[in-house]
Amino acid sequence: MSEIVLKIDDKEVKVAAGTTVLQAAQQAGIYIPTLCHHEKLEAFGGCRLCIVEVESRGWTSYVVSCLYPVAKDIIVRTRSEKVDKIRKVLVEELMAHAPDAPELVKLAEVYGADRNRFERKESFCVVCGLCVRYCDEVKHLNAVGFIDNGAEREISFIPEVAKDVCWECQECFALCPTSYAQAAYLLTEALAFPGQRKAAVRAAKVPVATQRIIPIKPVAATT
Amino acid sequence: MSGNNIDGIIAIIEKYRGQPGSLIHALVEIQHENHWLPREVMHQVADALEVPFAQVMQIASFYKAFSLTPKGRHEVHVCTGMTCHLRGAAKLQAKVEELTGLRDGETDAENKFTFETGACLGSCSIGPELIVDGKHYGRMTPEKVEAVLKQYE
Repeated sequence: MSEIVLKIDDKEVKVAAGTTVLQAAQQAGIYIPTLCHHEKLEAFGGCRLCIVEVESRGWTSYVVSCLYPVAKDIIVRTRSEKVDKIRKVLVEELMAHAPDAPELVKLAEVYGADRNRFERKESFCVVCGLCVRYCDEVKHLNAVGFIDNGAEREISFIPEVAKDVCWECQECFALCPTSYAQAAYLLTEALAFPGQRKAAVRAAKVPVATQRIIPIKPVAATT
Repeated sequence: MSGNNIDGIIAIIEKYRGQPGSLIHALVEIQHENHWLPREVMHQVADALEVPFAQVMQIASFYKAFSLTPKGRHEVHVCTGMTCHLRGAAKLQAKVEELTGLRDGETDAENKFTFETGACLGSCSIGPELIVDGKHYGRMTPEKVEAVLKQYE
């Protein structure tokens, strides 16, 4: 496969054609913030935090690096005044949902985002889609999906499916940047098929004093 | 659900069996046949078209054309677009709401009417407009609307 040379933050980077700008930057050890990106999953372009400035033949544009394929002689700037400003607003909008999500708190510090800039939203789901896509692409279980559209879009566990597969898996809980996936699952369980957690707690012979803590399976570190 | 509907739905599902790419076509046809998408039917669609049920739900909840709750035999739309509004759509809407006892998006207990507002329904020159089951009634007035709705059983 042909190789492409491009410039990312004044550093010459050589990668295979078809690589995305985000992958190229990661290969070169250059950090670009992401929220909805996961290397096991197809690029989603949902959170827009990986936005970068691309200069191609004298034209400057702003693109999400997780979806933008590398091209010959483009100049990528991962930090600029405008990129930082866009990321700041994005973080502020996400914080209207989840002001205390650790990843967002960290990003807010870097970009000077105000966690109270926008009115607090009802749901603390940031609709990154990690749980939905992981359940589909990696686990092939499709126990959780998107519901509705636009501003009302949210994730929802399908009780008929979740009942049989989620307790044994629980892998999306750790992926979720805001713990919403776990909360949504427990709500679904409580409403549609109560008793599963209780039964598992009894079977695990967890001491009574700690039974109120939900035993979540330790998740193997994903590389 | 009448027997007719069930046969129609099964025929539609069979037509698209094994074709995941035809999910939206199948749902559109079932919506047209049955006026709404019951959960069991969506499960059958998922199984027959080999699409995960979560994806069927995603599509069915994404588009406003699909209804996840039962709809009446007749769908009544009043246009609330700018032109119809200026020509008195608000009064028309109030009259339809009074006659049917329904507010926007509701269906009556006998499943006779579903009432919905929309903008713009695309016939500004004949506004204010009432659409019943796809039939357009232009220059509608609160006085005339009762006679129109009486035609539907």
